[in-house]
Amino acid sequence: MTSVAILAEAAGRVGTGEAITFWVLTPVALVGAIGMVWARNAVHSALFLVLTMLSLGVFYVLQAGPFIGMVQIIVYTGAIIMLFLFVLMLVGRDASDSLIETLRGQRTAAIVLGVGFAGLICTMLARGLTSMADKGLGAANKDGNVQGIAALLFTRYVFAFEVTSALLITAAVGAMILAHVEKRKEDKVNQPAMMRRRFAPGNYPGPKPGPGVFATSNSVATPARLPDGTPADRSISPILPVRELTAAEAAPKGTEE
Amino acid sequence: MNLDQFGNDPWWLILIKVVAIFAFLVVMTLFTIWYERRVVARMQHRPGPNRHGPFGLLQSLADGLKLAFKEDIMPTLADKVVYFFAPVISTVTAFTAFSVMPLGPAVRLFGHSTPLQLTDTSVAVLVVLACSSMGVYGVVLAGWASGSTYPLLGALRSSAQMISYEVAMGLSIVAVFMTANSMSTSQIVDAQAHGQEVSWLPFPLPGWYAILLLPSFLIYFVSAVGETNRAPFDLPEAESELVGGFHTEYSSLKFALFFLAEYINMVTVSALCTTLFLGGWRAPWPVTLLGSGVNHGVFPVIWFSIKVLLLLFVFVWLRGTLPRLRYDQFMRFGWKILLPLNLVWILLLAGVKVMQGSAVPAGRKVLIIAAVAVVALLAVTLWPSRKAEPKPGELPPQEGGFPVPPLDLAVPPSPHLKRIEAQREPVSVGADSEESS
Repeated sequence: MTSVAILAEAAGRVGTGEAITFWVLTPVALVGAIGMVWARNAVHSALFLVLTMLSLGVFYVLQAGPFIGMVQIIVYTGAIIMLFLFVLMLVGRDASDSLIETLRGQRTAAIVLGVGFAGLICTMLARGLTSMADKGLGAANKDGNVQGIAALLFTRYVFAFEVTSALLITAAVGAMILAHVEKRKEDKVNQPAMMRRRFAPGNYPGPKPGPGVFATSNSVATPARLPDGTPADRSISPILPVRELTAAEAAPKGTEE
Repeated sequence: MNLDQFGNDPWWLILIKVVAIFAFLVVMTLFTIWYERRVVARMQHRPGPNRHGPFGLLQSLADGLKLAFKEDIMPTLADKVVYFFAPVISTVTAFTAFSVMPLGPAVRLFGHSTPLQLTDTSVAVLVVLACSSMGVYGVVLAGWASGSTYPLLGALRSSAQMISYEVAMGLSIVAVFMTANSMSTSQIVDAQAHGQEVSWLPFPLPGWYAILLLPSFLIYFVSAVGETNRAPFDLPEAESELVGGFHTEYSSLKFALFFLAEYINMVTVSALCTTLFLGGWRAPWPVTLLGSGVNHGVFPVIWFSIKVLLLLFVFVWLRGTLPRLRYDQFMRFGWKILLPLNLVWILLLAGVKVMQGSAVPAGRKVLIIAAVAVVALLAVTLWPSRKAEPKPGELPPQEGGFPVPPLDLAVPPSPHLKRIEAQREPVSVGADSEESS
């Protein structure tokens, strides 16, 4: 449906398509929001957040704001990818939340603040719906949806916009600094030093023999054989567990008498 | 073209269009795989697939069927739900992005006048961008959910690549929005139909934005290659470094979905490039001399497909020609070259637009241009140049230069030679074998 048709519809009643989309996506958005708080794994939390944000994007399009809807999807997917990276950088892949409370009274404070925030939102919504005169979509989208938003963003709200972007950049730089491992200049090994160390006495410069060369098995735990038949210990990685063979297993096969 | 003509189709016509786009994309994928293999083969002096069907055309169909019958492996350490959804996200977003591509003008279909395009909105190009940024979730989640090292590295690379090259891509499209005064794909195609008349030029400016906005076109194409993970920017799936990258652990149909999504993404960015910069479905210049009939009926679909196939050829050409970039070079290229270039170009273009619209007398306009040119020239000449590093070989190795052979070629015997020989493991072939026999 075009934005024009949506505009015409949004001005008066709620269309069937709009109602169906709303009632299908509202539970999805709610499940995403609750799941984000409930999920133990930080990455699952981020994914539930994506679900909520996508549903919100569709709601914006439904409310005759196609630009803000699309920007919601583009910006929030990028932002949540950043969250994703923060999780991987700061806690690692397999980290789950522990349920042990480290800050005393944290839950009580969170509940009180949450209820207070919900109260604020409800009051704001109630005031907006009752005691304020709405100008209507016609006035807001007079020169087109994109143009209207651009005019407000770059004149009236330009300061708030810039402050928000500064805040976001600070967060990104902060996470980077927290995850960054400082390497001192003296610790850096340059290419000539690396080559010199490689050819220094006491170090064998060539590649190590691969495992299983001339061996009776293709396992990485089987040492390669030297031309005289002795096993080359350098060919197996020291972290591999040594496989213990019985004397019968270790004996050469098919050579008995 | 007015946006009012969209959204009036009956439901069965919409269904036909959806199925047609689905079929178009799947056929294009099968064809592009064959096309790529044949073209790369020609570039490497070998025949390429030529056994199944005429010219080997059915090769990719056979490969696809074979893929479907392979064993579907679920790694033990995988996050099962996310592992399943990752290829689905990739494919769904790839298909969705094509819904706003204009394949032709309004035509009569079964008694209805309808544009050859599923839908269009006033922010259609942003829909494509939104789909491509959602598509990255498929790659990132696939790598994360596999529970394996190489896929995770591929996923991290991919997310960094997406964040940096989406910015460059979005900024390169801004110039098109500013020139076309619209974000709807059909209106952008219309805006390129005729060149703009300028008072100080005997002929009109070229209509295609590829010529008018050449820097944007080049930056768009480079970042499109980065967006689609194609060589030389295929770092998320670099075979020589990461085995298969994000899809190392995937097999069977799930892998096939990633494969499908990659090729559809290639077709989509080529189609978007055609729409934004190459005049969309309109016939190119020498063909338009035949008359206005070339832009009616089914002909536009042909021009559109030819342009898309030419762009796909460039993708294959790049793959056949260029080696993969190193990761830090790749990021530096995105952030330190593409992004500043783009910003300077947009600033210049905005300046030109403002000058065009303003009532400032012509003399003062010339003065402003001269002032800008002088400032730019000063900045270029006075920019502090980087300190020249000593060339390898200039410094003796003791002072940190690279160890190089002496210029007179009198190579001294290596002092390490004896020691290296002494280190080798004892090899006594003759003595040992004689004893055992």
